[in-house]
Amino acid sequence: MQRQPVLSVRGLTKTFGPVRANDAVSFDVGAGELVCLFGENGAGKSTLSACLAGLHSPDGGEIVLNGEPVRFSTAADAIVAGIALVHQHFLLVDDFTVLENIVLGHERGLFVNYRAAEKKLRALCRRYGISVRPDARVGDLTVGERQWVELLKALYHEAAVLILDEPTATLDLQESRKLFRIIDELKTAGVALVLISHSLAEVMRSDRVVVLRQGRVVGERATSETTPQELTRLMIGREVERKHRGSSRPGRPCLDVEHVTIRRPGGAPILDDISFSVAEGEIFGLAGVAGNGQKPLMEAIAGVLPFSSGRVLIDGELLADLDVHGIQKLGVGHIPEDRLSEGLVGDFSIAENIALGSHRDVFADGHFLNRGAIRVAAAVAIADYQIAAPSAETRARALSGGNAQRVVLARELAAASRVLLANQPTRGLDVGVIEYIHDRLIEKRAAGCAVVLASSELEDLLNLSDRIGVMFQGRLMGIVDARSTSIEEIGLMMAGQKREAA
Amino acid sequence: MAELLTPAILLSILSASVGAATIILLAALGELLTERAGIWNMGVEGTMLCGCLAAYVAMCETSSPITAAGAAMLAGVAAGLVIGFLTVSLKVDHFVTGLGFNLLASGLTLFLFRSYTAGGKPAGYATIDRWPIPFLSEIPGIGPILFNQHLLTYAALLLVPLVSVFLARTRPGLECRAAGENPEFLEAKGISVAKRQYGALLVGSALTALGGCFMMLAFANEFRPDISGGRGWLAIVAVIAGNWRPFRTMIAVIVFAVLDSLAVHAQGMGVAIPYQFFLMLPYAASILLLAVVRTRSGQPARLGIPFLRR
Repeated sequence: MQRQPVLSVRGLTKTFGPVRANDAVSFDVGAGELVCLFGENGAGKSTLSACLAGLHSPDGGEIVLNGEPVRFSTAADAIVAGIALVHQHFLLVDDFTVLENIVLGHERGLFVNYRAAEKKLRALCRRYGISVRPDARVGDLTVGERQWVELLKALYHEAAVLILDEPTATLDLQESRKLFRIIDELKTAGVALVLISHSLAEVMRSDRVVVLRQGRVVGERATSETTPQELTRLMIGREVERKHRGSSRPGRPCLDVEHVTIRRPGGAPILDDISFSVAEGEIFGLAGVAGNGQKPLMEAIAGVLPFSSGRVLIDGELLADLDVHGIQKLGVGHIPEDRLSEGLVGDFSIAENIALGSHRDVFADGHFLNRGAIRVAAAVAIADYQIAAPSAETRARALSGGNAQRVVLARELAAASRVLLANQPTRGLDVGVIEYIHDRLIEKRAAGCAVVLASSELEDLLNLSDRIGVMFQGRLMGIVDARSTSIEEIGLMMAGQKREAA
Repeated sequence: MAELLTPAILLSILSASVGAATIILLAALGELLTERAGIWNMGVEGTMLCGCLAAYVAMCETSSPITAAGAAMLAGVAAGLVIGFLTVSLKVDHFVTGLGFNLLASGLTLFLFRSYTAGGKPAGYATIDRWPIPFLSEIPGIGPILFNQHLLTYAALLLVPLVSVFLARTRPGLECRAAGENPEFLEAKGISVAKRQYGALLVGSALTALGGCFMMLAFANEFRPDISGGRGWLAIVAVIAGNWRPFRTMIAVIVFAVLDSLAVHAQGMGVAIPYQFFLMLPYAASILLLAVVRTRSGQPARLGIPFLRR
């Protein structure tokens, strides 16, 4: 890079309360160069892009555009300066046409010159081979098509710097290829491109890779001089303490997931042909960067989310005709990812939260609630799970994260006589509570339960699980034995490399 | 009942309907603008009352309809500012704000009216004149109905296509609609959602108050407590029944207006049916309309949801 970079970021820092989302991040992007920001969820990629696009104002450091330091107080400033962000979650008005979405915010004067705008849009579509009708209502478009509209929005302004925030997350393979063709065109046109991704296949198509971990740049490599293995090591980058917690003796198969698929019209499937089996007394770990299908998979098994094809069996019994309540009665407990919005009713008391779900049978007395039974169950739960609360009447919202999670555990572990689905059960909790929850999961395994555990903590998965399945973009990339695998092997699969290829 | 169906009476009912429609139409167009920007303004009734009182006082003092209209619109802007401060700046629930504002306006207009008349009965004024349009008003049938009306009626009817074009074709219209559909989008473009919502509220409330002004000047010569008599609520229903589209909203308004003037005529004619039955008709129709017209495809996605910036 002899020429002056188009965009240079110097020591950029952004904090949210005590969290340093970006800590002295520095990197450069030149004209016609594709730089990839690579890292796990929470590594600070999206915060960084929001700072560059003027959505957040950084607390320290500077952004230099074409040699001039710039400061954006609003997104409009960044757009005027020539930095466009293609959002990961579409920022479109569903009820507007494609054209209206694109012109919004760029017109001056009273009337919008739709004719000129449409001409410009059609020219753009032709140039990049994108087929979207300008007068189509965005709400009627497929997920893939909406991604093109997002991209067109940025291209319409002839941005000098284009930031793509995980653009392929919703695209199928063919459309991803098309996107990279467009990226090549943009490179030829001299646009500086920043691609945010955790997919190695995409990262390897860039010119340079900047690896982020916990808000910091931990490495910068020319793509031609690095390997997926090295990048994965940088991304994960921590010493792993291996202390496998007691070998279980898995019994006969208990939970069977066969070819479960959830299709999404016009986009990549949410779940793509997932098959695995979990035995009694086994913990099956689910690894993957958040948002790669772990949550829909858990919800599909629990009956919360309907799936397009495939089947789920428990002890050989097909779950197809059962609703969530029926599945729970078979002995399935489900610890959802977000305990406060999905796991608990914040304004209900601990006792009421414990009773929910079983209030129609275990805690029912005809059409009334059996308040005595609920009180007893709540008292037992508070004692057993060491829930720190003034009384069983304390509202769930008033509990700390750890205590709230203990309430969820108390209810779901009681329900889970056959299968326990635990999605991120320890997220955001402190070490003591994490230990406690791990002990309970192992107890459940010892009692002959089939446990599916999804976690973003690879150490936990390696130490608790018997086998680990790795998810990437709705697919199961492979299943490995927790004792013989390595964190690198899992990391590569998390970034989209098939096991055979690794 | 049959006495209502003679051609002369029918003509009179329809002609009066167009006048009655003007009141609700102005308020409904104001509310439509406001709702398309995402604010579910329930304070239409109160805003209308403020417009009535302002127009009444201005008319008594100056005898100038233009001044009265200006005073009413200013009162509307003030009402819009109060509602905007609560809903846009403080993010108070839109329904609570509107209901509270109606109670405030009902009490406040009565208080101000009593204070104003305390020094003796004001002079009062004559209701404003019609502006027949030459030639057109002589067409038999529709001539007297459509073209022998007040100036503000023509203006209100003209506003229907104007609001439609404003929303569909202009830049501020597009931005207002975006505020009602996806405010995050606007903010990401660096466009202030609050400014667009305030703008829609101020213009919308001014139109609503103008509807109140027209009621005072064309239909009454004295202010009465709660004189708006639920027409503000009919305006809200008309917007919903009209699926948030100007022309369809106008059709709903006309239904209400015909029933409204039917009630007025029935009272005057001494029909055997108790007149209270006719008075109820527009409101019964509003419930029926909401039950029958259930298309809500035009409802702004974020209508009534306070926008919190990230």
